[in-house]
Amino acid sequence: MPTLHTVNKSPFERTAFGSCLKHLAAGDAVLVLEDGVVGLRKATAFAGDLDAVSGDHKLYALGPDLDARGLKPDDLVSGVTVVDYGGFVDLVAEHDRTQAWL
Amino acid sequence: MSMDEQTIDTEVVKKFLYVNRKAPYGTIYALESLEVVLISAAFDQDVSLAFLDDGVYQLVDGQDTKAIGMKNFSPTYRALGDYEITKLFVEKESLDERGLTEDDLMEIMYEDEDDDWAEKPSIRIVSRTEMAAVMADQDVVLSF
Repeated sequence: MPTLHTVNKSPFERTAFGSCLKHLAAGDAVLVLEDGVVGLRKATAFAGDLDAVSGDHKLYALGPDLDARGLKPDDLVSGVTVVDYGGFVDLVAEHDRTQAWL
Repeated sequence: MSMDEQTIDTEVVKKFLYVNRKAPYGTIYALESLEVVLISAAFDQDVSLAFLDDGVYQLVDGQDTKAIGMKNFSPTYRALGDYEITKLFVEKESLDERGLTEDDLMEIMYEDEDDDWAEKPSIRIVSRTEMAAVMADQDVVLSF
């Protein structure tokens, strides 16, 4: 019964991203969008938190929000899959529920 | 489609979880969550509340809002049992991180109609791992 978690705030401004990563159940995935994408950059103080879960959980980023902030796929921690808006819809449809971390 | 087919099946009960992660009064989230929870009680669904991160402050005992000119809505949590909302999950790690213990929280009781109306606590202290399992066990998760 996997959940799609969505995060739209930077981990450097709010605790939602960090708290989300601590509440993942087996099979859950995380889609990062809006200001959340700044948390996906490699070599940040948050990258270790992502590395701790990326082996067991799929990480997705919304491409248009990466583009808007000048982030390229090569800038991100390893294991992030970039999706477009259609991919966002597909992810919601593929999971049993969506939990938005505000 | 006939009228019969359009009739909403009132027997369907879904599991709803309301996730509360913000302290009260600084923003409107906590009060709005409580309002929606009370509305949801009218629909006979299986409702649980989760309190984690700063959300645990919503249940702290001794709230006094007189001097900030806002309504103290904390007594309303004690009325939830009358609406058959009896599952208030509070995360232990969130309490610990904030220097709080279960003793700092309001006493919130409900009467168990299946057990001769025995008074029982609505607050259930759970670990972070148990909270993740509660979240994964829902049909609908609403965040505040």
